[in-house]
Amino acid sequence: MTSPSATRVVVTGMGATTPVGGTVAESWDAILAGRSGARPLEFDWVAQYQLPVTFAAQLHTPPDQVLAKVETRRLDPSSQYALIAAREAWADAGSPDIDPERIAVAVGSGIGGVHTLLNQWDTLREKGPRRVYPLAVPMLMPNGPAAAISLELSARAGSHTPVSACASGAEAMGYAVQLIRSGRADVVVAGGTEAAMHPMPIAGFAAMQALSTRNDDPEGASRPYDISRDGFVLGEGAAVIVLESEEHARARGARIYAELAGVGMSADAYHITAPEPEGAGAARAMLEAIATAGATPADIAHINAHATSTPVGDVAEANAIRRAFGELAGAIPVSATKSMTGHLLGAAGSLEAIFTILALHHRLAPATINLVDLDPEVGLDVVRGSHRTLPEGELLALNNSFGFGGHNVALAFRTV
Amino acid sequence: MASESEILEGLAEIVNEETGIDTAEVELDKSFTDDLDIDSLSMMTIVVNAEERFGVRIPDDEVKNLKTVRDAVNFIAGAQA
Repeated sequence: MTSPSATRVVVTGMGATTPVGGTVAESWDAILAGRSGARPLEFDWVAQYQLPVTFAAQLHTPPDQVLAKVETRRLDPSSQYALIAAREAWADAGSPDIDPERIAVAVGSGIGGVHTLLNQWDTLREKGPRRVYPLAVPMLMPNGPAAAISLELSARAGSHTPVSACASGAEAMGYAVQLIRSGRADVVVAGGTEAAMHPMPIAGFAAMQALSTRNDDPEGASRPYDISRDGFVLGEGAAVIVLESEEHARARGARIYAELAGVGMSADAYHITAPEPEGAGAARAMLEAIATAGATPADIAHINAHATSTPVGDVAEANAIRRAFGELAGAIPVSATKSMTGHLLGAAGSLEAIFTILALHHRLAPATINLVDLDPEVGLDVVRGSHRTLPEGELLALNNSFGFGGHNVALAFRTV
Repeated sequence: MASESEILEGLAEIVNEETGIDTAEVELDKSFTDDLDIDSLSMMTIVVNAEERFGVRIPDDEVKNLKTVRDAVNFIAGAQA
């Protein structure tokens, strides 16, 4: 556990490319407008393989509209998305001129370069080994996105890739806090990326019955906490923030969005995919995040929940929130932004961290769409209909992320 | 059969596609490594794409001898003959 009195770490830049927008501003506008990013998959392979799920929350702005042609050729889509988000975040932080040996990167992914891996396997089988792209291995490796950002920014303090399935992006931000508090870096570019819009991962998720099959209503399919939810909607994209010690940020006169005040992590050790139903591990992560922020559960004014829209997961998280917050649980406005973005897997936690930061910054909790009949087992104050104004004064907000493998990560942000 | 200028033009397009280097920069006397800053991984891709485009075989042992654009054009022209 990190001491609450340790170096304060603040957010000075944000970048994202998501199913609802090509930038942070576009994505946030879409979230406030309640717009879904889900739409039919218009690929031949949907019919070719008779996939049971025919829609997804695909990237809003194709990377070839943003990147140079050679970048789209030599980088796996997971690295392309990460680079787009990192460039926006770095520019948003003022493109600071910093000693490269004090800049680190921590960018995770759930699956890694799955497009490259599978497409190059097709190339090997169809055309032989000589046609396999010489960059195939660096493109498919899960640390490729962090490496691409490290190269871009000449970040030499370290380049790291936490991998914890759908908690990867949040874990990367937690790891970034450690890098700064341990003195290994002054500035860390941190987040997550995912590009798994490929028939094989879709078939895999469908085989485990994790995906919504509401094929006739893509925009209504991701419905966290609704009684009729039937699985998550696959999303893709990347979200990256610039974190730095408060001292460093103040010294260079940077604009500060929020403090990343506390980090909590735990493991369920219960089942490879199913959440532990009582939510003990997730509750521990939340309480650790709150404690390391030097706060108490009563200080939490908003929660951006993991809430993927699976029947089991949403209730397990609700149980965990009630376990952590006790009687306070029903009074905290909870938002489930996956209702609009779909589930960005390894980028989910980092994108929702940005939405949590913006919720504090603008003092409003976004509404959850598609929530018509609240599952009575949830027992939370889920924001719906329209966004909710948060009170004045110092506020803390929590962002939960959980991943297959039993990973639980909670991040606590504070207004500055 | 392609003429030398056709080979140069095709090679420049392949180099551009793989590295983003402007086709006009791909001149006969330029060194792939020293002038065009092309690394060995990119060079292998260029070689394989040139093989496909010009219908020739460039053995791996031969690639190290292709120091300049002219070397590559001459090798491809010779292999086509």
